[in-house]
Amino acid sequence: MKYSFSEKKDTRSGFGDGLLEVAKKNDRVVGLCADLTGSLKMGDFKKAFPDRFFQVGIAEANMIGIAAGMTIGGMIPYTGTFANFSTGRVYDQIRQSIAYSKKNVKICASHAGLTLGEDGATHQILEDIGLMKMLPHMTVINTCDYNQTKAATIAIADLEGPVYLRFGRPKVPVFTPDNDSFEVGKAVQLCEGSDVTIIATGHLVWEALLAEEILSNKGLSVDVINIHTIKPLDEKAIIDSVRETKCVVTAEEHQIFGGLGESVAGVLARSFPAPIEMVGVKDCFGESGEPDELMVKYGLTKNEIVDAAMKVIARKA
Amino acid sequence: MKKKELQELQGIASQVRRDIVRMVNNAGNGHPGGALGCADLLTLLYFKVMERKEKFEMNGENEDLFFLSNGHISAVWYSVLARSGYFDVEELKTHRKIDSRLQGHPTPYEELEGVRMASGSLGQGLSVAIGAALTKKLNKENKVVYVLMGDGEQQEGQIWEAAMFAAHHKVDNLIAFIDHNKQQIDGSTDEVMSVESLKDKYESFGWNVFECDGNNMEKLYSTIILAKKEVGNQKPLMILMKTEMGYGVDYMMGTHKWHGVAPNDEETKKALEQLEETLGDF
Repeated sequence: MKYSFSEKKDTRSGFGDGLLEVAKKNDRVVGLCADLTGSLKMGDFKKAFPDRFFQVGIAEANMIGIAAGMTIGGMIPYTGTFANFSTGRVYDQIRQSIAYSKKNVKICASHAGLTLGEDGATHQILEDIGLMKMLPHMTVINTCDYNQTKAATIAIADLEGPVYLRFGRPKVPVFTPDNDSFEVGKAVQLCEGSDVTIIATGHLVWEALLAEEILSNKGLSVDVINIHTIKPLDEKAIIDSVRETKCVVTAEEHQIFGGLGESVAGVLARSFPAPIEMVGVKDCFGESGEPDELMVKYGLTKNEIVDAAMKVIARKA
Repeated sequence: MKKKELQELQGIASQVRRDIVRMVNNAGNGHPGGALGCADLLTLLYFKVMERKEKFEMNGENEDLFFLSNGHISAVWYSVLARSGYFDVEELKTHRKIDSRLQGHPTPYEELEGVRMASGSLGQGLSVAIGAALTKKLNKENKVVYVLMGDGEQQEGQIWEAAMFAAHHKVDNLIAFIDHNKQQIDGSTDEVMSVESLKDKYESFGWNVFECDGNNMEKLYSTIILAKKEVGNQKPLMILMKTEMGYGVDYMMGTHKWHGVAPNDEETKKALEQLEETLGDF
């Protein structure tokens, strides 16, 4: 195994710690939360900067509008709630008051995808990447571990314009370096290989690394790319890799419709057509269960990535 | 306010009304009714009440701000912005046409001076104004944020999220107006979905509410001055303006028919006969 981890931490804690750190450096950073301060790990920020924290209550539409308004006069608002309430519930508010109005709001969304777990499908949004990437000017980021989430939270303060930052609930392996630089829109190559490219985002990046180990043991050489920024997409990194491997597997905790896989397929169809298989949720809703059980049931593990890789390698002419 | 100044402001409002009718006629469509009803308020705000910089700055620091939540009455805002010197009045000709900065509903997307936030999809402007008011507090400014909403717009749920927030967080550097003309697209608000009593509703949410005739400039001005005296007193402020949709054009008044319909050339001529040209048409 090329990567290892010493501990498991939740990505949302990366957000909470990143918010506190960026707020110390930048007095324009303000935080808004819709009654989920604990879940979003915004408590330390709230304690350190009570005047810059705004409790909005269970009123997400209002939170988005207030955040948009706060940019006038120079604040950099970070909104925090679950991914479902950060996107689908407030799509029109984001579209008009943030995206179309070109406002510098950071929409920070926890508990994305199936790994929200026991609360079930009402809260397990699997469509948010698609919703957000369709909005003009919206930057869409889905981080893979604690360190990367923290780095992204800090980095986006310096990016003028709206950002959707997606992370999750469960504790997952921390395998990216501490204090690693985060470059928005830049893919991270984790493994180099020539037989197949695996492009993953969010929690599926670790699964992609586990899949690489299995494929490696079968004598295959695998390119693994961590796409933390789904929009703007690092097209060059994708094309350069697939030019070498001639086939690709995408993996994400999201519907295959509208997700990373579709974005990658679009790039390849336009520039370098190649066989592609997508690991993701296949046009259905989730359900209650433990995060790991759900990932197994809905086919979002290393095993499906390995199967998809074997399939796509076989499809190469 | 001195009589001469009042007459001057009424003259500007008359020109603004001419602009509205001519812009909408020129486009062949648009929303003249609500725009005409709010000509007095916007004239007063921009030519008398607001402390604003001559040159537009998106950040709006150290100046009063205005947000239009009911974006469909954009024609009145565009006219007032142009007449205030933010852009050339000749640009009013382009309203609702291709390649224009004067979109059907206002937006900063086309970088039109004076517009800081898109509106059109209703119910969002109060939240935005609250946000801008919070930033003014963080920036230690004592300037005021104004926002105008429609009365039909009060049917949107987000308004009440915002109303609750503003009182809870004591957003007391905010003066909101409701254009209470009791009309909406499908008919009167009483028929479609009663919003009454707006005064009771906002008061019960913790707002300080004033009422006045929104088409009587003198009374409207004195009410705004009363409200301004309450800025900083821990409560968000609301001015419920009783207005007449289509005010200033006799055949447009007392009906919802002209909410979203443009007058034809003959109707436009008839309307302009009732509105004095004071600043020169575009």
